[in-house]
Amino acid sequence: MPSPKEGPPPGDRPARREGPPGGSGGGRKQYFRRRKVCKFCSEKIDVIDYKDARMMGEFVAERGKILPRRLTGTCSTHQRALTEAIKRARNIALLPFAVGG
Amino acid sequence: MRNYEMIFIVRPDVADDDVQKLIAQMEGVVAGAGGKVEKVEKMGRRRLAYRVHKQREGFYVLFYVQGTGDTVKEFERRLKVTDTVIKHLTICTDEILQRAEKFKALRAKQEAKRRKSKPAPAPAAPALPVENAQV
Repeated sequence: MPSPKEGPPPGDRPARREGPPGGSGGGRKQYFRRRKVCKFCSEKIDVIDYKDARMMGEFVAERGKILPRRLTGTCSTHQRALTEAIKRARNIALLPFAVGG
Repeated sequence: MRNYEMIFIVRPDVADDDVQKLIAQMEGVVAGAGGKVEKVEKMGRRRLAYRVHKQREGFYVLFYVQGTGDTVKEFERRLKVTDTVIKHLTICTDEILQRAEKFKALRAKQEAKRRKSKPAPAPAAPALPVENAQV
């Protein structure tokens, strides 16, 4: 049972970001959180192609929703472009609008 | 003149020859409406993410076209009239390409700056292998 101070539950939801870089000896921290970086910045992808359904699949939840930036670590510029691309892909049936239950 | 990407889905039960015929026909439409076909790409038969006109699969065809608004209008009108086409989408790629250029320029600038200000191996060393890995 995590204490209420512990922050996010130890489930699928990654935390926002790693603590201050200096405070490594927090003691309370149970697992190390990797600092997330924007995939498109680090891999130098300039054009987010709406035809590349597999790539966009990473940024879509199981139900077909677009994942928020705080979960994926995408920078704001690329998140905007990505959103556009996902919506286009949905329009042409490459990605689902919603995955039915 | 602008650059467009036009993508459409043909019903899966259409024979390959007929798809080819349709593509040739659409090329004629573009030419007739004052446009220029840069490239045609058959993306092939794919599973649709959801049902369209009771179909679960579709044959994707992608046109790269240079033309005006009238070209697009005529192209889309023809697609709507054609029964074998179940879905289509037109995208103007000018802005996307522009943005990509900008990113590229910005990155080149930053790279140059970094190299100039700090010839130390620390920033240069991680930068180079990444580039090599990509190439």
